[in-house]
Amino acid sequence: MINIFEVNETNNMVEHENLDVRTITIGISLLDCIDSDLEKVRKKVYHKITNVAKDLANTAKRIEREFGIPIVNKRISVTPMALIGGAACRTTEDFASLADMMDLAAEAVGADLIGGYSALVSKGMTEADELLIRSIPVALCRTKRVCSSVNLASTKTGINMDGVKLMGEILLEVAERSKDRDSADCMKLVVFCNAPDDNPFMAGAFHGVTEADAVINVGVSGPGVVKRALEKVRGENFEVLCETIKKTAFKVTRVGQLVAQEASRQLGIPFGIVDLSLAPTPAVGDSVADILCEIGLEYAGAPGTTAALALLNDQVKKGGVMASSYVGGLSGAFIPVSEDRGMIKAVEAGAITLEKLEAMTCVCSVGLDMIAIPGDTKASTISGMIADEMALGMINQKTTAARLIPVIGKGVGETVEFGGLFGYAPIMPVNKYSCEAFISRGGRIPAPIHSFKN
Amino acid sequence: MVISMDNNVEKTIITVVGKDTVGIIAKVCTYLSEHNINVLDISQTIVSGYFNMMMIVDMNQTVKEFSECQKDLDEIGQEIGVLVKCQRAEIFDMMHRI
Repeated sequence: MINIFEVNETNNMVEHENLDVRTITIGISLLDCIDSDLEKVRKKVYHKITNVAKDLANTAKRIEREFGIPIVNKRISVTPMALIGGAACRTTEDFASLADMMDLAAEAVGADLIGGYSALVSKGMTEADELLIRSIPVALCRTKRVCSSVNLASTKTGINMDGVKLMGEILLEVAERSKDRDSADCMKLVVFCNAPDDNPFMAGAFHGVTEADAVINVGVSGPGVVKRALEKVRGENFEVLCETIKKTAFKVTRVGQLVAQEASRQLGIPFGIVDLSLAPTPAVGDSVADILCEIGLEYAGAPGTTAALALLNDQVKKGGVMASSYVGGLSGAFIPVSEDRGMIKAVEAGAITLEKLEAMTCVCSVGLDMIAIPGDTKASTISGMIADEMALGMINQKTTAARLIPVIGKGVGETVEFGGLFGYAPIMPVNKYSCEAFISRGGRIPAPIHSFKN
Repeated sequence: MVISMDNNVEKTIITVVGKDTVGIIAKVCTYLSEHNINVLDISQTIVSGYFNMMMIVDMNQTVKEFSECQKDLDEIGQEIGVLVKCQRAEIFDMMHRI
């Protein structure tokens, strides 16, 4: 039977160490909403989303109350909109009008964010894909909850360099359109290599075409819990360190598994996956960088950071895998800059650079995340940064991403404030040398040799 | 969903944390017995000077809804100046048992 110490341990994690369920995300297939009549598509999209997700907010609230575990976000992901709107949309405005419907539907059911304003173009772009991508600046500017992602590369297909070039330009346009808000709309746009079909985390969530009609995906968190557990093993060797992380990750993930099962039962929607990521927030004691410091670094970014992060990421996976019947999504440690107090401190101290962050993305989930860069960065330079990140993912057969925020009107040394969960970020310097000729070659980079496994 | 009507839901954990005072257990237990909630196990300890109690209870026989009990217990806690939490036991089972 459960004893008082175990109960106290669990409740302490929630009350003092920021343990929470970061998100319950309902993935909804919109494939049955396809029609050649735009008005019909709009209606079907709204109807399908509001119908499937109508009890999302209430269910989350009930689970939160019954188990005493905070559920921070209620989200929806849908089939990549380029596929849904392809038959009906003739202009960028047509596509943007679908984003409006996503926004309205999310608002109607009380979802915080809705992802899936996406295109999968890792090898080539259809006309619809390109229209959707070109509509992203307008769509993100006039909606509140819609998130957009573009898959530009994969290990199997190589890197779509035309897409990479285009996304550099699009990102600057998104930044320009929201320049009165420190280019904040860029936070809602991410590009991927090897994008997972079942990621519950924004901005990159979409409901892959390989998925069922509707699924529940849950993202857990808990950097604070890992940090606190590691405080108790200071000075111990790596075996003890790794065991501690593993056991803690197991406990955290079990909560996610329970919430996912319960949400699935109460909503009558099948359970998809638990994403066992360590996702930081700007709150005190909710930082992945602080874990790295606890492992033994003065600041995140110091020599040894990549090794420490690799170990952390791997132990989180090892502990988490046993705790859940299905794991998926991104599953690992996130290293966003603006959302992590310890990362911000490291940037301010000059301990971490973009290049070091890039190295770190080789060994953790996702990639260059929530990084503010000068607003006068050239589109081709942004494309170059994206291409580097895509190459890491392609060669290492892992998911990588880039969520960069070129802050129009601001430069290195200045700070941007995004507010709430998004935090604030000092603008980081970007390598000033050009890659224009490289980016403007056009075409695609072929798939790597180790992808031919047939 | 009415938890009390659901037989699959077996146990609920009630925790009380706060400054020690006369009659904490009495107050909580009176409420539980008035509403036909059976206490299966009680343990208590003092952690850094604070009173710390945990009860495992069976709420299958009560007609009260889970959320109502939570609210009532919360109010009782406020009266005595302690924090009373009421949670379904699965979260602890999941975390601490394989």
